[in-house]
Amino acid sequence: MFANGPAIRLLPRLDVDNRFFWTGGADGILRFLRCRSCRQFIHPPVPRCPACLSDRLAPEPVSGRATVHSFTVNYQAWIPGSDPYVIGLVAIDEQPDVRLMTNLVDCEPDDTLVGRAVEVVFEQSDDVFLPLFRPVSTLPDDPGTRSGR
Amino acid sequence: MSGPPAERRAAITGIGQSAVGRRLGRTDLDLTLEACLEAVADAGLSRDDIDGLATYPGAGLGTGGFAGPGTPEVQDALRLRLNWHDGGAEGPGQMRAVIAACFAIAAGAARHVLVYRTVSESTAQGEGGRQGIGGSGGGGSVPRFSGFLQWSLPFGAVSAVNWIALVGQRRVHEFGLTREQLAQVALNGRRNAALNPKAIYREPMGLDDYLAARMISSPLCLYDCDAPCDGSTALVVSDANYAPDSPRPSCHVNAVGTALRGRPSWDQFDDMTSMAARDAAASMWERTELRPADVDIVQLYDGFSILAMVWLEALGFCGRGESGPFVEGGTRIALDGELPLNTAGGQLSAGRLHGFGLLHEACLQLRGDGGARQVQGRHEVAAVANGGGPIAGSLLLTRGPG
Repeated sequence: MFANGPAIRLLPRLDVDNRFFWTGGADGILRFLRCRSCRQFIHPPVPRCPACLSDRLAPEPVSGRATVHSFTVNYQAWIPGSDPYVIGLVAIDEQPDVRLMTNLVDCEPDDTLVGRAVEVVFEQSDDVFLPLFRPVSTLPDDPGTRSGR
Repeated sequence: MSGPPAERRAAITGIGQSAVGRRLGRTDLDLTLEACLEAVADAGLSRDDIDGLATYPGAGLGTGGFAGPGTPEVQDALRLRLNWHDGGAEGPGQMRAVIAACFAIAAGAARHVLVYRTVSESTAQGEGGRQGIGGSGGGGSVPRFSGFLQWSLPFGAVSAVNWIALVGQRRVHEFGLTREQLAQVALNGRRNAALNPKAIYREPMGLDDYLAARMISSPLCLYDCDAPCDGSTALVVSDANYAPDSPRPSCHVNAVGTALRGRPSWDQFDDMTSMAARDAAASMWERTELRPADVDIVQLYDGFSILAMVWLEALGFCGRGESGPFVEGGTRIALDGELPLNTAGGQLSAGRLHGFGLLHEACLQLRGDGGARQVQGRHEVAAVANGGGPIAGSLLLTRGPG
């Protein structure tokens, strides 16, 4: 099995644009900025909708479901003390051109992982809730297996 | 476009390169001056003739040894009197400095532009140790990150190799890319490096060596990553009218590739298998009547091996997703193959001169000055490409005026 991520989580600097994203996981819900005019999800957060230029934007919940677009297993200990971990690039179900880099957890990183359905699980680190993703399980959902969820 | 593109008014009339090696222990300004003076002399000029100066990325950017000296430092060291000067990192990759020089010449802002790129990453890493990130320990709070890095660093995607590995794995998924295919870029580089006295790694390497190397970030192993080094490369980009008076054959700029039409992002770009190379290459072919079949030699950025394969497709030497079969076995891209690739060894074996080593080699080959590694077939047209991910620029050079 692989680690869930690096030994030390380097964290985002929270600001007025990104705070909702990085702290939203406190209630277990992944959110993206969305345009109230044209309904596009917008990522990373910016002050105006890049599609229609409206400034009527607000964070909205998404399902937390996504598809693995690509991944890599990192072996190099850039961050001392780290065991190999899986970096994923996932496309969210609601709008697949919105992608997140993440860590893929509870999975075997073989060539069949790309295209796999995954779901968000949050890992709390300081005041930040990092959205990690695991394969969608066929077992009954078991919330609370991870901190912050 | 009405009339020939502006860059046809520019030609590379002089080239120079400093000593290249690991931990040379020389300052980056020292290396830069060595390369610059060689290029100026090669162009049959003196420093009094140089009225333009350009570099990538300008002073201070990146980690130790990455940036090299800025233009003010070089201008002052050579006491140049400049009509035009430019240094910066945003633009069509490392090539931006050369392309800016071409446009400055076409605009009449300068007649002879000295362009250089210097790295001293090997010495810097030797002095500082190869620093991990965030593991300094001992008190001090760990910094936090904004901009793109906030989306990658929390997940341990801390290096360009991680970001480019995502391109690689996507290609495994979409195109069935194999490690044996990917290996050909590295093995080709090593074969050619054996004929390059300045190359960092010259000892023979076989497929077994490649396959046995440790993984860095799958599917990229150690030999898919280029070799940090110290060295400086310089070019004189002149008004093409000067070319007949230059003592050495000039390399004419036929077309530049500068476009970035997808999102400028490592993770949001629409096509993760190509990224910006697709756009830069497309825009280059829009500016010339030459076609991929006219190209004799290619020098394609191999900061990571996979990027050279991305460029082969983007530039149209094979179809999208077909670079794996294209390089299979290595004969097609070999020195005596139909499309010789990275004839000095590329960055994987000759050292990470950050795109400018490739540019220098393209000029050497077009001139016929490649020595033991000179391409024996036709060498009239060369394509050079720099960059990876959302960063890309390309250049089409011809031996005679276009």
